[in-house]
Amino acid sequence: MRMFMKLKKLLTIKILIIFILISFNLKNIAMASTFSEEQTINITKNLRCLICQGQTIHESNSDFAESMKKYIKGQLENGKTDEEIFSSLVEKYGQWIVYDPGISRNTLLLWALPLLLFLIGGAIIAKKIFRKI
Amino acid sequence: MKFALQKEKIYSPKMSENQIFTDFQVVGLIEEKQINFNEALTGKNFYLINIWSSWCEPCKDESEYLLELKKNTPVMMIGINYKDKKKNALNFLKLYGDPFDQIFIDKQGTISINFGAYGVPETFLVNEDNKVLKKYIGPLNDEDVYEIKKITNN
Repeated sequence: MRMFMKLKKLLTIKILIIFILISFNLKNIAMASTFSEEQTINITKNLRCLICQGQTIHESNSDFAESMKKYIKGQLENGKTDEEIFSSLVEKYGQWIVYDPGISRNTLLLWALPLLLFLIGGAIIAKKIFRKI
Repeated sequence: MKFALQKEKIYSPKMSENQIFTDFQVVGLIEEKQINFNEALTGKNFYLINIWSSWCEPCKDESEYLLELKKNTPVMMIGINYKDKKKNALNFLKLYGDPFDQIFIDKQGTISINFGAYGVPETFLVNEDNKVLKKYIGPLNDEDVYEIKKITNN
């Protein structure tokens, strides 16, 4: 009887350990996959669907967007960083594919114009104020 | 107004400095052998990469142009079979002719993204340095064939 009780106790402990190990592993797997999924969404939200009207790759269900989503997942699985993925896509499709264009010769005016307008506006206001004084 | 209507609707990057990325694995349509795409681009001065599919209607009309290029240019013709079934792809080649020296499959459409493609049909004329000389979005026409012949036969 005592032997039986001992065995039962041992079995319970073993089952408990197995459960803990399984749940820990499942948690790890779930964490890893959500991380990659989130990263994929972040990247696809910043990419323009080039064959759609005003949609991101994330929003679009077009053939092109679906292929792009799979391509990005594959790149992330291969250990590529977000920057590496963006720059390789810019190389292939041009700056138009990203919603956040970097500073280049073509986009310099876009970046500098607000600052220029601010300076010109400030100069006009300052001139008017000093004239009154 | 006239010029705006004639403008290309699809944005396409300038091709002057573009070089296609070729370091990835591809699987052949017929032999189903896996190779690095680099290995496919050897031994010729020019390569014509054509993305096609059996379900693509314009690809049927394009076939005759590709066959003409195969016959009259020294170009290596490489087909990328896009999101297709093997049986349908082989039937298509039987029906409309096979202009390709090599055909690789792109089941998920991700290989075409390596070239910077939008869909089917699409054609890239590439030189021996993997530089894209011309990119044709949509089916080839008489003018495109004339242009390819002019570039590759010189």
